[in-house]
Amino acid sequence: MTDRPRDIAGPLGTLSGWGRYPRAESRILRAEAPDRLPGLVAAGTDYVARGNGRAYGDAAIGLHQTVLMRRLDRFRGFDPDSGRLTVEAGVLLADILDVVVPRGFFPFVVPGTRLVTVGGMIAADVHGKNHHREGGFGDHLDALTLLLPDGRPLRCSREDNPELFTATVGGMGLTGLIVDATFRLRPIESGWIRQETEVATNLSGLVAALDRSAEATYCVAWIDCQSRGGHLGRGLVFRGEHASAAECAGLAPPRAAGRAAVPVPVDMPSWTLNPLTVGAFNALYHRRGAAAARRPAYVPWRQYFFPLDGLSDWNRLYGRRGFVQHQCVIPPGSAQPVLAEILERVARLGSASPLAVLKRLGPGSGLLSFPMDGYTLALDLPANAAALALLDEIDRLVVPAGGRLYLAKDSRQTRATFEAGYPGLGEFRRLRHAIGAERRLTSHLSARLGV
Amino acid sequence: MAGRKTLLLVGATSDIGRAVASRYAREGWAIVLTARDPSAARRDTDDLSVRTGEPVAVLPLDVLALDTLAAFVDALPVLPDTVVCVVGELGDQNRAEADPEHAARVMATNYLGPSLLLGILADRFAARGHGTIVGVSSVAGDRGRGSNYVYGSAKAGFTAFLSGLRNRLARGPVRVVTVKPGFVRTRMTQALSLPPLLTAEPAEVGAAIYAAAERGRADVVYVRPVWRLVMAIIRAIPEPIFKRLRL
Repeated sequence: MTDRPRDIAGPLGTLSGWGRYPRAESRILRAEAPDRLPGLVAAGTDYVARGNGRAYGDAAIGLHQTVLMRRLDRFRGFDPDSGRLTVEAGVLLADILDVVVPRGFFPFVVPGTRLVTVGGMIAADVHGKNHHREGGFGDHLDALTLLLPDGRPLRCSREDNPELFTATVGGMGLTGLIVDATFRLRPIESGWIRQETEVATNLSGLVAALDRSAEATYCVAWIDCQSRGGHLGRGLVFRGEHASAAECAGLAPPRAAGRAAVPVPVDMPSWTLNPLTVGAFNALYHRRGAAAARRPAYVPWRQYFFPLDGLSDWNRLYGRRGFVQHQCVIPPGSAQPVLAEILERVARLGSASPLAVLKRLGPGSGLLSFPMDGYTLALDLPANAAALALLDEIDRLVVPAGGRLYLAKDSRQTRATFEAGYPGLGEFRRLRHAIGAERRLTSHLSARLGV
Repeated sequence: MAGRKTLLLVGATSDIGRAVASRYAREGWAIVLTARDPSAARRDTDDLSVRTGEPVAVLPLDVLALDTLAAFVDALPVLPDTVVCVVGELGDQNRAEADPEHAARVMATNYLGPSLLLGILADRFAARGHGTIVGVSSVAGDRGRGSNYVYGSAKAGFTAFLSGLRNRLARGPVRVVTVKPGFVRTRMTQALSLPPLLTAEPAEVGAAIYAAAERGRADVVYVRPVWRLVMAIIRAIPEPIFKRLRL
């Protein structure tokens, strides 16, 4: 590599995603203020933005340079009449929630962690437990400012530059740096979620329970990955509704500040999450769910939406080798047999994740958005050879079924799998060419998949 | 709102300043900020007013313009209940050794301006009958080290000024609190590689300042208590040995 002046190239750092696999070196650039971004990336090559580093794989590691966006963390404006919030892209969802929940608002879409930036939520077009009803984060986005590879800030919305808007939603940061965004919030009456739990003893029961829950505001199923045979795919379906002010009048308000997250202070030995500990965890979870199934429970919003945020650095549970997340979506027609086959193979491997989550998705809105009409299954596995081989097998089931993998969680799918799953890719590449993004905006993910 | 308390925050656009303002705002305080150039601080004041749900006042103040400080205090719309001064500039030690102008600026920003301003406010607080003064100083002022003694000496002066002010006012109604944050992960320190156990987040500093000023009785606060021990050891090293250490 040729030597570049240090202030342009940035100091070298080693980055990884939340799964801590893979790791790669990249030159670190730091965004300090929106008006200084054009100068920062003027001479940039093969860079990509990085928010809070919660994408699991290599999406937020620039091939040459990585632009840290967390310091663009200012709120710009909030209109309580329309519920419209404008923030810089590095603002964390956690900070938004702290500000808007006490004022009676909640984002339409939140992912499974609140430790993500707004820019990251747009780039991954994140979905929550309500995609079947509300769509993804991008569906509630009014406008954003995109810093094009030539250094020009461009306002994008459904009216202004709609092609770039649609490509940027779910576009994994590959159309430019997202500088700020305006999106809508929904009014809520309380910080409580009324949760109903239904037990399903096998996969068809679980899928049927999900389908029956289409009217629920939030719905998610948890699968016990250790069960096989007649119990294959047994699990719990959780339905949730924002509780009205009246029904939770007697409840103490959810704690304002919340407990500080309990840290996982060191890398756990790799055997911490072995089949025995995972099995015990799963059995306990299952019993608790079965006991709760008879009556609705009121759960504070933090605990309902972000249970793992209570354990900071939980990725260290998997040890130094890290772990891989795998999230696929399978169209409804072929979903059940394909899901059964996947779960059977996962159970056979034996080192299954404590977290296998099944949700219903509706159609996606961005050119490369992950969601499509179907069922999405999320697994996490330690990054070892057996698990990686299993994931290759799973991909060979997903592709013929017409499914695809979530890019925000991917670190290892092949180009063929990717190209088969994302029909918008040709149009996306054409747009990238038109704005001069090739060789300018490149992440390890985009280089690996040939975006 | 009757009975509502007011915070005057000097140096509000630093990372620590933003954290302090957020913390006080969450407790319902009215916030008055100062900035050298209020229009350049717009991004930060918009941020604070959205976060707090109400407008935030910004007054122009340059703490280096020493002859304007008394007039600034006279012109305050309301004498605050608490003043927190987070003004500071790390500067560049190497440059300060060769460039007296840079060294003088670091000294003035960390010592002269903050001390004189807080001294004026202390007298007004004493005349009114209540008030709390919080000066954010630094562990760097606890002992001069070769790697940052220009900054450190200015902070040492500020620490001594606060100590003397506290001593003078101890029998009266005005409290003086010295805060030594230790390492803090901010824009000012981002080029340094900092030991995680000794390094606080700005929000931690904001919380510690609020707790010390409005809830506690401590006179000198180390944001992470381990720093009290670290600095006690550093101060205890005999000079003949200390002078040979690379610190």
